[in-house]
Amino acid sequence: MKYDVAIIGSGVVGALISRELSKYDIKVALLERCNDVAMGTTKANSAIVHGGFDAIPGTMKAKLNVKGTEMMPEVCKELNVPYKNNGSLVLAFSDEEMEHVKELYDRGVKNGVPNLEIIDGDKVRELEPYVSEEVVGALLSNSAGIVCPYELTIAATEVAVTNGVEFLRNCEVKAIKKENDVYELDTTLGTIEAEYIINAAGNHSDEVAKMIGDDSIELIARKGEYYLLDKSFGYLANHTIFQCPNKMGKGVLVTPTVDGNLLIGPSATDEPDKDDTDTTPEGLAFVVSRALKSVKAVNLRGAITSFAGVRAHPVTDDFIIGYSDKSDKFINCAGIESPGLSAAPAIAKYVEELLLEKLSANEKADYKMTREAPVRFRHMSKEEREALIKKNPAYGRIICRCETITEGEILDAIHAPAGARDVDGVKRRTRAGMGRCQGGFCGSKVVELLAKELGVPMNEITKFGGESKIIYERTK
Amino acid sequence: MLNYDLAVVGGGPAGMAAALKAREKGIEKIIILERADTLGGILEQCIHTGFGLHYFGEELSGPEYAGRFIKKVSETDIDVKVDTMVLDISDDNVVTACNKEDGLLTIKAKAIVLAMGCRERPRGALSIAGCRASGIMTAGTAQKYVNIDGYMPGKTVVILGSGDIGLIMARRMTLEGAKVKAVCELMPYSGGLTRNIVQCLEDFDIPLRLSCTVVSTHGKDRLEGVTVANVDEHLKPIPGTEEYIPCDTLMLSVGLIPENELSKNAGIELDRITNGPSVDEYRETLHKGVFACGNVLQVHDLVDYVTEESQIAGEGAAKFIKGEKKSGDYINTQGTNGVRYIVPQRINKETDKDVKLYFRVGQVFKNVRLVVKCGDEVIMSKNKKKMAPGEMENVLIKLDTVKSLPADSTLTVTIEEA
Amino acid sequence: MTKREMVCVSCPMGCAITVELDDNNEVISVTGNTCPRGDKYARQECTHPERMLTSTVKVEGGRLPVVPVKSASPIPKEMLFDAMKEVNKVTLKAPVTFGDVAVKNILGTGIDIVVTNEA
Repeated sequence: MKYDVAIIGSGVVGALISRELSKYDIKVALLERCNDVAMGTTKANSAIVHGGFDAIPGTMKAKLNVKGTEMMPEVCKELNVPYKNNGSLVLAFSDEEMEHVKELYDRGVKNGVPNLEIIDGDKVRELEPYVSEEVVGALLSNSAGIVCPYELTIAATEVAVTNGVEFLRNCEVKAIKKENDVYELDTTLGTIEAEYIINAAGNHSDEVAKMIGDDSIELIARKGEYYLLDKSFGYLANHTIFQCPNKMGKGVLVTPTVDGNLLIGPSATDEPDKDDTDTTPEGLAFVVSRALKSVKAVNLRGAITSFAGVRAHPVTDDFIIGYSDKSDKFINCAGIESPGLSAAPAIAKYVEELLLEKLSANEKADYKMTREAPVRFRHMSKEEREALIKKNPAYGRIICRCETITEGEILDAIHAPAGARDVDGVKRRTRAGMGRCQGGFCGSKVVELLAKELGVPMNEITKFGGESKIIYERTK
Repeated sequence: MLNYDLAVVGGGPAGMAAALKAREKGIEKIIILERADTLGGILEQCIHTGFGLHYFGEELSGPEYAGRFIKKVSETDIDVKVDTMVLDISDDNVVTACNKEDGLLTIKAKAIVLAMGCRERPRGALSIAGCRASGIMTAGTAQKYVNIDGYMPGKTVVILGSGDIGLIMARRMTLEGAKVKAVCELMPYSGGLTRNIVQCLEDFDIPLRLSCTVVSTHGKDRLEGVTVANVDEHLKPIPGTEEYIPCDTLMLSVGLIPENELSKNAGIELDRITNGPSVDEYRETLHKGVFACGNVLQVHDLVDYVTEESQIAGEGAAKFIKGEKKSGDYINTQGTNGVRYIVPQRINKETDKDVKLYFRVGQVFKNVRLVVKCGDEVIMSKNKKKMAPGEMENVLIKLDTVKSLPADSTLTVTIEEA
Repeated sequence: MTKREMVCVSCPMGCAITVELDDNNEVISVTGNTCPRGDKYARQECTHPERMLTSTVKVEGGRLPVVPVKSASPIPKEMLFDAMKEVNKVTLKAPVTFGDVAVKNILGTGIDIVVTNEA
C-alpha cells in the first residue's frame, strides 16, 4: 500500500489533520495502533477550550491556543459536535493570588485573547453561586468553552474517511526506513509506504521521531486523574473553574461537561510508564481535596467513574510542530499537552500549510468538511421521535436506560465510517453505558449487537480492542 | 392516546403482583409495560432456588417463581407490552413509552403503579483506583452472561461484597468451573443469609474476608489481579495489609439502588434513606394516583415480600380508581436508634386495615427490644433475638391503634435494651 | 469422639450448634440449637449433607442458548461436581418447559434434573 501521506496517530490532532488533508487529491492514511480513534490523551483530559491567557507570549502554545479557540465553535458546528462557550474563571483566594490573576490578564492581552475581565469575589459568586466564600476575585475569560474531545475526533475521522482517507486501526508502527526517497513503515498490519509522514503519535511521538533518527524530542509522561460526577451535580458549576496555575500545570479544575456532568481534576504526576492510565488512591484523593477548595459542595456520592489520562509534557514547555531536522518529509506534532485540545483545529491548519509548502496537491472537486448530526433520540421532541421510529423501528428499542440510547443509534455507531468495533467505542459514540449504572444493564446488549453486526461470536467482542475481552467461552 | 384504568411500569414480580391484585379487585383495563423481552424481571436470571418459601410454601427457582405469575397474567385480559421502555410520566398521569412495533405510545391512566426494580451500584460509585481493563463487572451482569447468554464471564474471580448476589455468584461460577479466590466484605459482618455463606462459600472452601476491600485493580487489557486490604473501624484501608490476588475477573456486589429516574423526572418525592418514593400505607406516592412497590420502593431481601407489598399497591390502586380510597389526616412514621427507615412513611388515619411497617436496621443487634412509640406512649414492643441489616423486618400496627392516634402524630420504631 | 461446630441455616437466627460424633460418625449429641429444626439440620449435615443443584443446560432452537435446571430435590453434597459433568453433557431440543426432565435419575440417586423455565 502506497500513500502520499501517512498520519501516525488518530488522536484529536491526527484526526483533524486528516480531515484537512482529505480535501486534496492525495492518498492519505491515518494509522492508529489501537482499535479506535481517540484512545490516548484525547479520551482522558479536561475537555476544555482554553481562553489562551496561560501560555507565554510568543510561544507556539500561545499562538495556536488563541487561534484554535477562535476556530473551535465553527469546527464543532461543521462537525455537529457539542461545544459550549461557557467561559472560564481563574479563582484567587488571596491578594497574592490576585496579583497572579492580573499577570494572567496581562499575558492574555499580549496573546490576543479577547474578552478578558478581572472580577471581584462578589461578582464571582454571582456567576457561580456554589464557589467558595474565600474567593476574593477571578480572571473571567469569556471566550473559553467546553467540548467533547473524543466526539470531535470521531467526527473529524468520519469526515476524513468519507472523503477518501484510509483509516487503519490496530496498525502500530514498529520501524521506519527510507527506500528510494519513500518511507517504508513496518507496522502490525504489514509494510506501508508513504512519501510524507506526519507524527501525531501523542505520548509516543518521541519514539516515532527516533525511528527516522530524530532524537530531538524529549517528553515527560504526566498523568492526570479525574472524577466524573453524575448529571445531578452538574449545577455546581456554570463556568470552567480553575485555581491559579503552578509549574505542574493549570491545577485542579471544576467544570461542567457538554453532556451536563461535573468533571473534577486533574492531578499531575510524572510517570515512568507513558501508557499507565491507572488511577491511584492518592491521585484521586488529591483531586477531591483541591476541588473542594473551589466548590465546597462537590460530593463523591455523585461519582460515576474515575479515570486517568497521560499528557506528553515537552521539556521545552512548548508544542513541537514542524519539519524534523532530519527530514523535509517528516512533520512532528509532538508535546501536545494542554492547551492541545483548544489548539488542535489551528494545529491542523498549520500542518496543512506546512505540508503544502512541499507537497503539491489540488483540492478535489467533490469533498465535504461537514458531518451530519448523528441521531440523538434523547434530545428529540415527541413528534421527532415518532417520525424517527416510523422510519426505522430500531430507534424504538431503548438499549441504555440511563442515557436513553436506542438500538438504532448503536447500529449507526457501528456502521459509521471508522465506526465502533468495541464496547467503549459504542460508548464514546452514543453514550450507551456512560450513565449511572455504567453499563450494568446495557453492557451485555451492546456486546450482543456488536457481535451480530460484525458477524462474530459474543466472546470475541472486546472492551477496547487487544485482549480486553468481555467474556470467555460458552459454558456448555 | 390509549386509555387504561391502570398502567403498570415494569413486569417483574412487583408489577405482575400489583396488576393481578388490581384485576382481582375488579379493575378491567390494565396494561403492563416491560422493557425486557419477557415478563419476569431479574428473576429470569436468578436460577438458584430459595424463592417462594413464604408465599407458595415451597422452594422455587427465580424463573419458576416468576413463571407462576406470568401464567396467571396470561390467563387474564391484562395487556402486556414487552420490549417497551417508559420514557416519561406526566403530571396528569400520561405515560409515554416506546417500542419497535408501536413507535411512541401515550397512555392515559387513572392510576399508575411504579415497579421498575433496582440496579446495582457500579464501580465508579466505590472509587476503586486502578486500571480500566475488562473483567470488572457487577455480579448481576456476570449472572446474566452465565445464566441467560451461556458464556463464562471469568475464570479466576474475586468478588467484592458478600450480599446474597455475591454469594450466589461465588457458587455459580465455581460449579461452572471457575476458581473463586475470595469474597471480600467491607463490613465486619456479611450482608448475606447464613445459609448462603454455608452453601455458597463454605461448601466450596471459598474464603470470606470480612473488614476487607479491594483498593486497586491491575491489568492492561483484561484484568490481571486486584489488591485487597483490611479496613479499620472507619472502613479505611489499613496501610501494610495490602495483598495482591491474581484474577481475571472482579465481580461487584456492593449494593442495590432503586431505579427512580422516572419517578424523579415526574417530580415524585423520594425518601432520602430508601431512595424510593415516600408512600402511604397503600403505597401511594405524594403524586396522586401514582403507586410504587417492589425494589423501586425499597430494596427487599425476599421476593415473597415484594409480592406481598405489590398486592397492597395493586389493591390501593384499585381503590383509588374506584374512588374508594379514603384520604384524611395522616400519621407519620419514623425509625430511630438503629432503625434506618420505615415503609410506609405515613398512614392514612381513615385507612381500613391493619398496617405492617417494614424496616431495616443499620447494624447487627442481639437480644434487644423492638419498641413502637407515639410520643412517650409505648404502642407495642417485642423482644428480638437477632436483627441484621441484610434482613427486612416488620411490625404490625392494628387498625384500632391507627384510629386511636392523633392526626399528624408520629409513630416511632426504635430499638431499646431488652 | 469428635466435635463439629456449625451454624444452623434453618432460619436467620443462625444458632451456633455443636455436634458430638462417635468413631462411626454417629451423632451422640446436638447442643446450641434453640428449636427442633436445628437438631434435624445438624444431624443431617453431619451424616448425609444434601444440596439443591441448579445450573443450565444447552438447548437448541430455543429463544436462548441455555435453559435453567434444578435437581427435583436435594442431592448428596459430595455429588455436586459429578452431577455438573452429567448436566453439561445434555443438549435439549426446544421447546422445553417447566418440569421437563433434562437428566433422568442423575448418578443413580433417583432424582431427576428438571427444567425451570420455558425455552
